Amino acid sequence: MFSDGNWAAILLTVKLASIVTLLLLIISTPIAWWLAHTRCRLKSFFEALVALPIVLPPSVLGFYLLLLMGPQGVVGQITQALGIGTLPFTFAGLVVASVFYSLPFVVQPIQLAFENIGENYLEAAATLRASPLDRFFSVAMPLALPGFLTGSVLGFAHTVGEFGVVLMVGGNIPGVSRVVSVQIYDYVEALEYGQAHSLALTMLLFSFVILLLLYTFNPNRRTR
Amino acid sequence: MIKQMLILLSGCALLFGLTVARAETVQVATAANFTAPMKQIAAEFEQRTGHRVVLTFAASGKFFAQIQNGAPFEVFLSADASKPQKLEEQGWSVPGSRFTYAQGSLILWSSQAGFVADDSPDILRSDSVKHLSLANPKLAPYGAAAVETLQTLGLYERLAGKLVQGENIAQAYQYVFSGNAQLGFVALSQVMKEGKLSAGSGWVVPADLYTPIRQDAVLLNRGKDNIAATALLDFLKSAPAAAIIRSYGYKL
Repeated sequence: MFSDGNWAAILLTVKLASIVTLLLLIISTPIAWWLAHTRCRLKSFFEALVALPIVLPPSVLGFYLLLLMGPQGVVGQITQALGIGTLPFTFAGLVVASVFYSLPFVVQPIQLAFENIGENYLEAAATLRASPLDRFFSVAMPLALPGFLTGSVLGFAHTVGEFGVVLMVGGNIPGVSRVVSVQIYDYVEALEYGQAHSLALTMLLFSFVILLLLYTFNPNRRTR
Repeated sequence: MIKQMLILLSGCALLFGLTVARAETVQVATAANFTAPMKQIAAEFEQRTGHRVVLTFAASGKFFAQIQNGAPFEVFLSADASKPQKLEEQGWSVPGSRFTYAQGSLILWSSQAGFVADDSPDILRSDSVKHLSLANPKLAPYGAAAVETLQTLGLYERLAGKLVQGENIAQAYQYVFSGNAQLGFVALSQVMKEGKLSAGSGWVVPADLYTPIRQDAVLLNRGKDNIAATALLDFLKSAPAAAIIRSYGYKL
């Protein structure tokens, strides 16, 4: 059904989305926890910052990431000083860009889940002399599990569906940055509509099934 | 005397009113590489005729698909010769309206001054080049010409691992402009203004190293009865337009 090139694109996309989701869970958890509990005045500022990728066109995000990570950009200067070189046109660069791009889709569900727990359970645990870390891992985490689940699924799916940013910073290199969405775009542009259909239909079904599973099995919804 | 002048004036106004009434708007799909010259040509055309030109810029392949799906374009300036021909074969354009409005030139360009020698492509052999940017050869004629050039020079195999592809020639340029790629094959029209390189350094690829990039224009069915569309195509063939086109490094 798929050519070698298409399989390579599919594998690359799955690899990218998996790594990005994992990184996002690690990065988003403290951010979400802080946002859920802080009384800092800057809370709205950071919430807005995290939510930016939702409203920004990927071309804007991609363009700025390209400039930032380029040889003259701040990030580019740092990576060059560290001896890594510059990030555009590398798989690592794609991971960094995707993390920014999918951040709100993971932070927001987890933040919401943390907020919904409320202080009661945590305070009860504290009176039973549970340490802050213990409270977090044995009380907050299990209670917020649906949020983590939603966050990972959305983060994964959103990264798979990413296009504009990858196109801007990726350079369309097979095995490095030619993900499924870019491959489909190439087929459409080259008027190879048949090839485009097989991949595009797979993408459509994948996205639908993911969302269907999410809406069917999300415990949050069932209790409502 | 005053009466005669008034009559004359009202006559002028009437005439003026007539020409204004005849002013039409034309929707033009323009290949990305022809952006700068076309803006200038359109401005000149609007000034001379009073017609209005609405320009849209994108990759030719995208326009091709859009036109086939009912996009409201009346004139199509493609980056190649094959898409206008296909459109004519499929009955989307007015037969016999097709002509070559420009012939594109390729340049090996860097945004750094003095990086590329203007008389040799030797820099391609240098290890200091980590990324060489070009337009997707499958989609963009300039990308195909770049690959052909590398093959003629016998450097394609050697550089294959360093190639980064822009979706179209505009993106290939962006990669070089931002310094993310040290070098790239771009359209001469992107870096040339009034007959000179506007920035950086470059080697204009000799025309015998790649198949000529013929860029054809065509009158689409939707523009068949629009006088502004036919007038614009006529203007594209005129000497003033040719001068603008040449000043951006195109051949005719």
